[in-house]
Amino acid sequence: MPVQYLKETPSQTGGPYVHIGCLPHFAGLNLRTQEKLHVLAGGGVPGEQIRIEGVVWDGSGHPLRDVMLELWQADSTGAYNAPGFRGWGRVGADPQTGLWGFETIRPGATPWIDSRPQAPHCSLLLFARGINIHLHTRVYFDDRPEANAADPALLSIELVNRRQTLIATRQAGGQGGSDVPTFRFDVHLQGDKETVFFDC
Amino acid sequence: MSSDTGEFARRDRAWHPPAFTPPYKTSVLRSPGKALVSLRQSIGERTGPVLGHGDLDPLDNDLIRNYITTGGEAIGERIIVHGRVVDEMGRPVKGSLVEVWQANAGGRYRHGNDHYLAPLDPNFGGCGRCVTDDDGRYFFRTIKPGPYPWMNHNSDWRPSHIHFSLFGNAFAQRLVTQMYFEGDPLIPLCPIIGTIRDKAAVDMLVAKLDMNEMVPFDSLVYRFDIVLRGRRSTFFENRPEGN
Ligand SMILES: [Fe+3]
Repeated sequence: MPVQYLKETPSQTGGPYVHIGCLPHFAGLNLRTQEKLHVLAGGGVPGEQIRIEGVVWDGSGHPLRDVMLELWQADSTGAYNAPGFRGWGRVGADPQTGLWGFETIRPGATPWIDSRPQAPHCSLLLFARGINIHLHTRVYFDDRPEANAADPALLSIELVNRRQTLIATRQAGGQGGSDVPTFRFDVHLQGDKETVFFDC
Repeated sequence: MSSDTGEFARRDRAWHPPAFTPPYKTSVLRSPGKALVSLRQSIGERTGPVLGHGDLDPLDNDLIRNYITTGGEAIGERIIVHGRVVDEMGRPVKGSLVEVWQANAGGRYRHGNDHYLAPLDPNFGGCGRCVTDDDGRYFFRTIKPGPYPWMNHNSDWRPSHIHFSLFGNAFAQRLVTQMYFEGDPLIPLCPIIGTIRDKAAVDMLVAKLDMNEMVPFDSLVYRFDIVLRGRRSTFFENRPEGN
């Protein structure tokens, strides 16, 4: 019999009311009214301002309107937990459309376990009713094709045609007349376009 | 955050609920159909956000008093929930944000999508949070949530439960789960608890009555210990981490 360690506490779904605990003001509670967790970086943080937005689609092609997402990323130099930039954000999908979006800065390259550079990317977690254990994926950027082509994590995805499910596409024009580049990252939970989810 | 960025032990996916669990109907269209792709943990998985005491309000861990709108306190059985957060090696997980949310004593959530006929309590929001201390301990005060019916198999009933969200010190330790109460007869009937295959795993989610810590003439106390993933030893470590 192998050596026994403690077992991890098992996961359970965040449920339909995950927003009460995680985004109470978004859920309609008169609490933490100043918190804007989907804004990782407003002006003043060094780096290129960007917006990452998308919709999470279920297996029948309907948007998940109750999903909550968390983003975790390095700063523009590739440092995590850098002073002045927490690098973490959280957002709830729009209850009507399922659209979500983060305001942040483009992350820098970060090291892989053998020190090769990883292409700029964000980690993204999904929590929702019907999702028994959160899903973990990554967001890369389509205007960094050379870096993506050499990214060790993308290269470790054996099915080559699935790698593109992790690459956000830059939208023409800015959001609402602003000149902040917007990257679209739709997540498909099932089907031919199913997003790569990681076990890590 | 810890300055240690070592790799975490593998997650035992057979211990956690699988994604596709048809008795919990919503999982059918929300479960990935393809296998998860194995990813070696690099710095982004081994680190996590610092969400510390500076972000907290003193009432954040007192759900009886943190949403008073008409005066008085929240209605229901007064309880304190406490416990320790440790990793798989038994080491305390310090400085982890613990977020909780729950229904009120009648089983109703303060949420636009909850249309259960039980009334809202004007003095109960159902949202709390705290940060673990150097020994991994946390506690909060609340009222015992009521069970509630939900649309699954024509009125399944959720046992009384409190939702938990934990960060640990790294994104690889992130965990969202639910805590149940010792002795609740609805536990074996619940399709969401039924997504977990191993009875011993379910038992980890059941808080035990803690009469030792009971507050006389005030509150019953439940103990709920939590285990997050632990970092592996790094024998003969020779991989430059670049950090
Ligand atoms: Fe619930």
